[in-house]
Amino acid sequence: MYKIILATRYLLKRRITYFAVLAVALCVFIVVVVMTVMAGLVNEFKEKNHRFAGDCVVGTESLVGFAYYEDFVKLLEQQDFVEAVSPAIKSFALKRRRGSEQDDIVEIMGIDPVRHSRATGFGDTLYYHKDDASKTFEIAYDANLAGCVLGDFMFLQDTNSRNLSETSLPRIAYSISCFPLTARGALAQAGTDMVNTKTFYYSDQSSAGLPRVDGSIVYLPFEQAQRLCGMGESTKRASRLHIRFKPDVKIQAGCEKVQSLWQKFRQDKAGETQEYSLDTVTVQSWKQYRRSSIAPMENEQTEMSVMFGFVGITTVFIVLVVFYMIISHKSKDIGILKSIGVSNIDIIELFSGYAFMVGIIGSGFGLLAGWIFLLKINRIEDWLFKHFGFQLWDRTIYAIGDIPNQVEFKTLAIIVVSAIFACLVGALIPSLQAARQKPVETLQVGQL
Amino acid sequence: MSKDDFILKAEELHKSYRMGATEVRVLKGVNLNIKKGEFVAIIGASGSGKSTLLHILGALDKPTKGMVKFEQRDLSRFRAGELNRFRNRMVGFVFQFYHLLDELSVLENIFLPAMTGRSIIGWLVCRRQAKNRAKELLVQLGLAERAKHKPYQLSGGERQRVAIGRALMNEPRLLLADEPTGNLDSATGNGILEVLEKLNRAGQTIVMVTHDERIAQRAGRIVTLVDGKIEHKNTSNL
Repeated sequence: MYKIILATRYLLKRRITYFAVLAVALCVFIVVVVMTVMAGLVNEFKEKNHRFAGDCVVGTESLVGFAYYEDFVKLLEQQDFVEAVSPAIKSFALKRRRGSEQDDIVEIMGIDPVRHSRATGFGDTLYYHKDDASKTFEIAYDANLAGCVLGDFMFLQDTNSRNLSETSLPRIAYSISCFPLTARGALAQAGTDMVNTKTFYYSDQSSAGLPRVDGSIVYLPFEQAQRLCGMGESTKRASRLHIRFKPDVKIQAGCEKVQSLWQKFRQDKAGETQEYSLDTVTVQSWKQYRRSSIAPMENEQTEMSVMFGFVGITTVFIVLVVFYMIISHKSKDIGILKSIGVSNIDIIELFSGYAFMVGIIGSGFGLLAGWIFLLKINRIEDWLFKHFGFQLWDRTIYAIGDIPNQVEFKTLAIIVVSAIFACLVGALIPSLQAARQKPVETLQVGQL
Repeated sequence: MSKDDFILKAEELHKSYRMGATEVRVLKGVNLNIKKGEFVAIIGASGSGKSTLLHILGALDKPTKGMVKFEQRDLSRFRAGELNRFRNRMVGFVFQFYHLLDELSVLENIFLPAMTGRSIIGWLVCRRQAKNRAKELLVQLGLAERAKHKPYQLSGGERQRVAIGRALMNEPRLLLADEPTGNLDSATGNGILEVLEKLNRAGQTIVMVTHDERIAQRAGRIVTLVDGKIEHKNTSNL
């Protein structure tokens, strides 16, 4: 009992303790804010990638695509673990806005908007057709025209306009030019007709929340993209299949099933004329498929964690120094306590309890301050932007609306436990030193 | 006299310290017996080893050679836990510089030994009793009005009385006082000696260290320590 009383009194009476509490509070505050925001950014980024890709992607990076995809789609659609499958064409093209002299290299993605919306989160990224993806490529003012969907960053760069009418579609025409390739990868057409060009009209824009996607992709109707790329021959080809699993299916398990189906499918297609096009096809989970985008973000998060690991080590040293000073000051008390029968372990417990209180109170203040700051972080950023034009996170890189501020209980618990542990570690050496002190020496009564 | 009447026996106590390359011999074969209910003053010049002897008698320090027996039990055979219990229950220390805990009130300082000797539950069970005992001691020592004060708010004499109260809290068999009046003016010191005399009359065994012969005269027996040895005992059979 005396340990609790003494530890509490030391905490309240020794001003130097306030510095230890402040140091812990500051460290916890910084870690809570940065880890919450960083974890929020990474999770949001991953979720956007997941929505963009679906659960699983079967495809090839080759521009010629792979054949017999329709058979595999049928096979997949028969599986009870598959919710939806969407074949897609992927290639590169030149895009020129009518009236402009400039050609831009873009990525084209041919999709069936309804199927693609079922397999991925595509439908939710649309501006005009969020509620009815079937009309994504329809041009309201002329049903005979072919529509295209631009990534919103690309559209913004094209038009320099943020303000879109909610009802009427702007009349903007784009000519899209592709080099059609054969299944072997040769140019499908020779001479002056080696390029396939078609005019598409702006029918919507997509905001996937992924800057690279929104800045470089033009979505086209599946069949038209297939023809533009030369994949619509008698043996049709596609670049990839986006798959969504049933809600109760785990991604990894689903991908493994697709993988085994694909292996069997490949065996079945042995000897077919375009069997070779299946060689480069891989089955990947959405995480593997988007690895190149996600990995840098995860690395950034890991680097942050390591950096804040150093912040934790700094806390240990601050607490160590403060406790060393406190215990040096309290050596007389240690002698007194030992003279009335207090054991070495009790002395360690006393100062560990003291450190524990510093950790608890420091973490408490840090958590509270961090939580309040996170609650207000978007308002603070708005204010900074309004008055100084300063943004904490560049939206062209992070593509976020609000700064993520959802505090996770698990993260908080880890931070608090780590802070308390750091305090205990910091206090350990001084406590052991205190316990080893001899009462006659600490009481300074060792007169000879 | 039966040998059981001795509460404490020191036999051939030696204590030496190493100071750099030199070995300083502080005690050079001290033999001392303390009877139950005795008030013994150990007197000696500064550096004669009297405080060292007191610390060894109270198990705050260990002799280099020799043995201390407390109620027939050899202190050197005590384990760490037993030594802690011995210091908590069997002896009470009064130091020259009071050595009170500034963070605790006067009352808390007094009942501190009762608290340190018990677990949380043990303390919760007996705390009322312990607090009453501490309050009784405060009344006996004339500090009833000072219970809630902090040590730094008290005079030197009051602080020393608090230290005596703390030493007596667990009703120890032996009270060890190291220059209890050394930091006080003569009138205040006299008050402290009166307290010690009163305690001794009530049966408390006391060993007091002092360098002042007039103070030593207040004890029942004087032991003189010269150059690490007992030179003279005014009771021949001890």
